[in-house]
Amino acid sequence: MKAPRTLLKSIGIGVAVIVILVVYAYGFRVTKVNFKETRSEDRLIVLARILRALAHPDIIEYEQEETDVYLPFFLPCPEVEVVIQKPDKSRPYLTSSVSCGDSKETIFLEGFNFEPGSKGPINFITASDVKLQLGNFEADSEGHFQLDIRLPTRQPVAEAQTIRATARVNVGAPKFTETAKATWDKIIETIFLALLATTIGTALAIPVSFLAARNLMTEVKSSLTSIAFTIIGWPLGIFFGYWANRLISEWSSPIASHLIGTIATVIVAPILAYMLIRWALPQEELGVPKKTLQAARMITLALSVVIMILMLQQAALLAFKLGQVLIDPLGPFGFLGNFVSQLGDVIQIITPLIVALIGGGALGSITSTFGQNISDRLAGNTVKIINLISAAAAGALLFALIGAVINWFYQIDNPAAIYYWPAGMGALIGLILALMSTAKDPLPIGITVYFIMRTILNAIRSVEPLVMVIVFVAWVGIGPFAGALALSLHTIAALAKLYSEQVESILPGPLEAITATGANRLQTIMYAVVPQIIPPYISFTMYRWDINVRMSTIIGFAGGGGIGFLLQQNINLLAYRAASAQMSPSPLLWLQWIM
Amino acid sequence: MLEIKNLTKIYEGGVKALDKVSFNVEKWEFLAVIGLSGSGKSTLLRCINRLVEPTEGQILWNGVDLTKASQDEMRHIRRKIGMVFQQFNLVSRSKVITNVLAGRLGYVNPVMSLFNRFPQEDLKMALKEMDRVGIANQAYKRADELSGGQQQRVGIARAMMQDPEIILADEPVASLDPVLAHSIMQYLEKINSEEGVMVICSLHFLDLVHRYADRAIALNEGKLMFDGSPKDIDDVKFKEIYGKEAERIG
Ligand SMILES: Nc1ncnc2c1ncn2[C@@H]1O[C@H](COP(=O)(O)OP(=O)(O)OP(=O)(O)O)[C@@H](O)[C@H]1O
Ligand SMILES: [Mg+2]
Repeated sequence: MKAPRTLLKSIGIGVAVIVILVVYAYGFRVTKVNFKETRSEDRLIVLARILRALAHPDIIEYEQEETDVYLPFFLPCPEVEVVIQKPDKSRPYLTSSVSCGDSKETIFLEGFNFEPGSKGPINFITASDVKLQLGNFEADSEGHFQLDIRLPTRQPVAEAQTIRATARVNVGAPKFTETAKATWDKIIETIFLALLATTIGTALAIPVSFLAARNLMTEVKSSLTSIAFTIIGWPLGIFFGYWANRLISEWSSPIASHLIGTIATVIVAPILAYMLIRWALPQEELGVPKKTLQAARMITLALSVVIMILMLQQAALLAFKLGQVLIDPLGPFGFLGNFVSQLGDVIQIITPLIVALIGGGALGSITSTFGQNISDRLAGNTVKIINLISAAAAGALLFALIGAVINWFYQIDNPAAIYYWPAGMGALIGLILALMSTAKDPLPIGITVYFIMRTILNAIRSVEPLVMVIVFVAWVGIGPFAGALALSLHTIAALAKLYSEQVESILPGPLEAITATGANRLQTIMYAVVPQIIPPYISFTMYRWDINVRMSTIIGFAGGGGIGFLLQQNINLLAYRAASAQMSPSPLLWLQWIM
Repeated sequence: MLEIKNLTKIYEGGVKALDKVSFNVEKWEFLAVIGLSGSGKSTLLRCINRLVEPTEGQILWNGVDLTKASQDEMRHIRRKIGMVFQQFNLVSRSKVITNVLAGRLGYVNPVMSLFNRFPQEDLKMALKEMDRVGIANQAYKRADELSGGQQQRVGIARAMMQDPEIILADEPVASLDPVLAHSIMQYLEKINSEEGVMVICSLHFLDLVHRYADRAIALNEGKLMFDGSPKDIDDVKFKEIYGKEAERIG
């Protein structure tokens, strides 16, 4: 009874061992493991040279004094004996075992009276003044050195040629090399690149992380009517927002052309907007406001949004101009002016985007509420009919938009394939959904958003920043800015995932308690979620900053600026001492951060 | 007046936590909810402010059916229903005063509240409420630096900030020692008798029920087993509520 099982077991183990062996054997083959190569003498010499170069980073140099010492030499030996003058023994001099020799012959060379510790190359200088390096010497404490050198292969020449020893001594204080200075500049660049990427990444990862947190999203449910209306509302709102931004900037161009107008707007607009908002959003609201009052408030809010858009535009313009003006007068602090102007520029670039998103959000939430009201108030059958229509429309719109995006990438440019078919399919899906669901049932839209968000984040995270930087380099050119953008994107995806896991692990009690007070969702998140996640968020951000500093070193390899750019160049040029200078700051950096 | 009619809750796993429960509560009343662990007390309380969505039935409050209220309407209604929890459910890393002020979130301007700005009157009110439960001098400590009894008082102050007409208390004293339990119950009693706030409080100890409640209802596996004065819980009723093997203590 027992025997077969043991046998089976040993066979199993035997098979497992064989399988493992085969796996490793194959692994050796594909990784081209070659231990013979590791023992090859040539390789070892090269390796030693590189390691030594790496151990001598090109950071510090001295002012050097050079002394050339000459020794006449015949190559090959002349027919008639030539008397060589005795060297002046009060100064550095060279002697050789023979005064003439043939190509490739090894001779013994000695030097005397050199500056102790001086070193340098030994060259053979031909009659036609070509320099051939024969070796290097280093004088001992008595100023003496000796070494074997091998004569070069040259055409025979009758007259005397020269062996030259160039003795170099360090004089004066050590100073930083050009490489060190360039490296330092790049270190600064690298650190700020990482800082920027971490900041942008963190700022965007926080809101995204809430959308990717299961516990917050499962509760979000909406009726189909509301969802369909929202899907229609968002793109329309984005369009309106974009259009409103254009309109406002065109309409305000007379203001923008005068500096006074711009400054006045930047000062007056926020005050006005604040007062309007103060009225539209009263400090405390005890009862439920009347419909007319609500409408008046909506209009006021819309007005204040317009004013704020105007302010944003003008502020961006002002910052841009002001920064430009300030660069020169600020002298060494001109970078501050540049910063202000760049900031203005960034705001100018992203204002349309922000306004479009605000428009989308606003219209989206209005249509969402409207849809929810319809489904809450109207009779089941009416809601069903509205659902059928709106879900079909929403599906069509959504799929047509997706079609448009795909078309942008693949340039199919066939309206049937990119608009009509997808729209039809979307409409069909919407119809089916509306038919299958009970008219007023809340659908789990939150968890759907959660899954979509997770998928997008995973997709972005799986792309190496090194690859992303290639895309950004194409967009904004080679340099640290491209690197910062690529790292930011990766940081968003990576941090949002870590963050959302923290949100998922919060205590549900406070969340419940705050919800029970009648707080809205945003307030609940601010008061119950945020305090619980601040410490892990900070530690994850620090951890990411750590990663970003390291990654920003590598990202230069793909044109993303920072120290990697120099490092790659020097590695390609086989300038290992310079490369070493660029590698050595990294450990230093870490030391700093650990302390 | 709060009228609960045929309230049923079936959780997603199929557990019937409430089974056609019907009862009324008057304004000014202090109602105790008793029953074994798992009998559905928490579910009942959470259905009233719809932290848990009821499956069937009606909850009429002054004639308005809460089960039909939209999410927006429900937010407005929740402002008037304070809740106190067994685990206090304070935001432990926030200051005591912030926890108390959170009770005003339904009333204040949502934008300002995101920046932790509250109107002056609310600050005064918070101090008054903290004073009522004797924790005014702890206002600027972190909530988790307080003892259990103090934390529950913060919980009560938070609920009172809502200017509530109902307080739902889910085993408010189950994690406190008997002395503290009495002091917390006395606060609830005071709020009930002085401010006329309806209190619905689930309790595990019958002596607390006898001492503080005007009326008691009992649940067993989601079914209403008893509705009447605490005095009327005799040995027969007791066995119905808590099962045949249960022994009366104290
Ligand atoms: N979120 C949930 N999902 C599924 N089942 C649940 C959920 N919450 C509670 N239940 C179940 O519903 C029943 C009633 O639970 P409830 O928490 O209301 O009881 P309780 O009387 O408050 O108990 P305790 O005295 O232990 O607090 C229990 O069987 C419980 O397992
Ligand atoms: Mg309970």
